[in-house]
Amino acid sequence: MSRMSPMSPTAKRIVIDPVTRIEGHAKISLFLDDAGNVADAEFHVVEFRGFEKFCEGRPYGEMPGITPRICGICPVSHLLASAKAGDAIMAVNIPPTADKLRRLMNLGQIVQSHALSFFHLSAPDFLLGWETPQPQRNVFGLIGSNKDLARAGIRLRQFGQEIIEILGGQKVHPAWAVPGGVRSGLSPEGRERIRLWLPEAYATTEAALALWKKTMETHQREVQIFGNFPSLFMGLVAEDGTWEHHGGKLRFTDSSGSIIADQLDPQKYYEVIGESVQTSSYLKSPYYLPMGFPAGIYRVGPLARLNVCERMGVPKADAELKLFKKLGRGAVTSSFLYHYARLIEIMASLEYIERYMSDSEIMGDYLRADAGINNLRGVGASEAPRGTLFHDYTVDRNGLLKKVNLIVATGQNNLAMNQTVAQIARHYIKSGAGNGTIPEPLLNRVEHGIRCYDPCLSCSTHAVGQMPMHVQLIAPDGSVVSEVTRG
Amino acid sequence: MAAKTLTIDGKPITAEEGATVLQAADEAGIKIPTLCHLDGVYDVGACRLCLVEVTGVAKLLPACTTRVAEGMEVKTDSERLRKYRRITLELLFAERNHVCAVCVANGHCELQTLAYSQGMDHVRYEYLFPKWGVDTTHRLFGMDHNRCVLCTRCVRVCWHVEGAGTKNVAGRGTRSHIITDLAMPWGESDSCTQCGKCVQACPTGALFHKGSTTGEMERDRGKLEFIVTAREKKQWVTAD
Ligand code: SF4
Ligand code: SF4
Ligand code: FES
Repeated sequence: MSRMSPMSPTAKRIVIDPVTRIEGHAKISLFLDDAGNVADAEFHVVEFRGFEKFCEGRPYGEMPGITPRICGICPVSHLLASAKAGDAIMAVNIPPTADKLRRLMNLGQIVQSHALSFFHLSAPDFLLGWETPQPQRNVFGLIGSNKDLARAGIRLRQFGQEIIEILGGQKVHPAWAVPGGVRSGLSPEGRERIRLWLPEAYATTEAALALWKKTMETHQREVQIFGNFPSLFMGLVAEDGTWEHHGGKLRFTDSSGSIIADQLDPQKYYEVIGESVQTSSYLKSPYYLPMGFPAGIYRVGPLARLNVCERMGVPKADAELKLFKKLGRGAVTSSFLYHYARLIEIMASLEYIERYMSDSEIMGDYLRADAGINNLRGVGASEAPRGTLFHDYTVDRNGLLKKVNLIVATGQNNLAMNQTVAQIARHYIKSGAGNGTIPEPLLNRVEHGIRCYDPCLSCSTHAVGQMPMHVQLIAPDGSVVSEVTRG
Repeated sequence: MAAKTLTIDGKPITAEEGATVLQAADEAGIKIPTLCHLDGVYDVGACRLCLVEVTGVAKLLPACTTRVAEGMEVKTDSERLRKYRRITLELLFAERNHVCAVCVANGHCELQTLAYSQGMDHVRYEYLFPKWGVDTTHRLFGMDHNRCVLCTRCVRVCWHVEGAGTKNVAGRGTRSHIITDLAMPWGESDSCTQCGKCVQACPTGALFHKGSTTGEMERDRGKLEFIVTAREKKQWVTAD
């Protein structure tokens, strides 16, 4: 992918700022070439960057308490990755019960996060239509038009949250997962609450899958242009290639579906993942090292996980995976199908949760291994709902942090998001866009292109209602040719 | 011993000669906020949270080190006292780096509890943001100077209950800090017996068991008092 436009002296720039219903404040620049066509796009993510420095000098065991506060969107993912990095520093195998409990929490997190993404944030777009005016194109609009579905979606999210709460005590909890294991077990009452809720969760997921299949029929164009391009995919898989979410090893596949690297130890992620720092964005853009930057662009998250795995390991989700895999020649390359992948992962999560409900080991009370500092560097890798998350800690012999490196899903998908936005914009803005009129439906589609990745931006309050969008057309000399402000 | 009669908050009270106002109030069921006071060791009057008003004395006096006297009139609660307690607390918070949300003592911290109970909702002073380190060289315990309020409870239990004399205070003013032996890493201390009494004594998250995570440091203060009482009353000496 070439970053040509901003350097080109005659390039024009369209800035869309901020994006609505993405959880946080973001900004999009569209770079036009001399002919007025979209050459490239950039999605600016403003991330809190002082964090890694802030942790230096702290005992590594505090990290599961600190890191969930990096991001209000996926605290559970940071909690789990952080505890795992601690396990690696202690060089322990955590008790089997603790491993299952952490997995149960991660499954709860996947359900709640994917339900939020699908029902609250994305469904209003493709169910209510791109042309629906902003004020109605949100979850309340969805409740108005599709009451049962919206309500069921909200309940499904609550189910995931309930699991997290049953285990962790509160929605945004202090360190429940800790280096060596977890702090408390699953109570019989908690298990019963989960068990009783499962049938309803299955029913909602099945309804959503049926609905999705109809949506795909009517949205062929979106499948074609919402981020449909070749790239690598990365995710954790089990030793036999089964879908993973909290253990396993890294696998990369290409867009033909061929495995190009497999069973890579996440402890040594830095041997295969490079990080390029984009000056214009605050986000680090990781890439597959052997292929260099930017050729080594890869996607993570639900779409990638389903592309890299051979099976889900549970029957209902496996039946869906078969249908899913038919949507691509080799890999499924359209980012619009992240939505489908999310639903399949919800289904798989429910099936795994159900398995745990009759697993006696999960009720155990040996929960925490103990050890001193046995490794001076430890990496915790876990599949966050949005993609593989790495916590990489270097400590001194007394366990005080010397260096912290975090690789988050949104960073890894950053390059793909740029390509997606560019692809959509290219389709809707033809030469002559310099006249400054950018139609609302285009903005909606660009927003949605990004929403396919469900990026974890800082604040979740934008799920409802209209956020102002600011579109600027900037002439080569930097002056604003024209401006569109929405909201 | 002669008894003294006095009033605390208007309540007539009899206390033993030599007792502190804090003890007298405690026996009468009147709660005075404290931080550096710890049952089982002598008082030093370091934190000034227990300040009370005594009729006829212009300045405020620490209840923990002021002895009862005949006819004394003590007030433990007034606008003025509340104001000073707030100031004292705010200064304690401004002096070091307290991030309760991720602290090992969160929910079990005497400083935090005091801040809540005194209605401290913000700090009016500029934070000093000093650069203090964490000592995790000890096999069992850790010390985070960022959370230390210099109450010296750890020093006192170390010298006067355990008798090891490992902990001490060094430096002046805002550079005052707790040291082990001759300011060496705790893990290298020869005198430390690893008894953990200092960890039990600490009111904040400054001293902790290694490996503790957010909110996990709960202490059993009763233990210290139990040891001291047993020793003083010779409860461990068999009768013959
Ligand atoms: S020691 Fe107490 S006041 Fe200080 S950070 Fe910890 S909980 Fe908060
Ligand atoms: S370490 Fe704890 S007990 Fe010792 S002086 Fe500091 S706050 Fe007090
Ligand atoms: S308790 Fe009296 S001065 Fe600290």
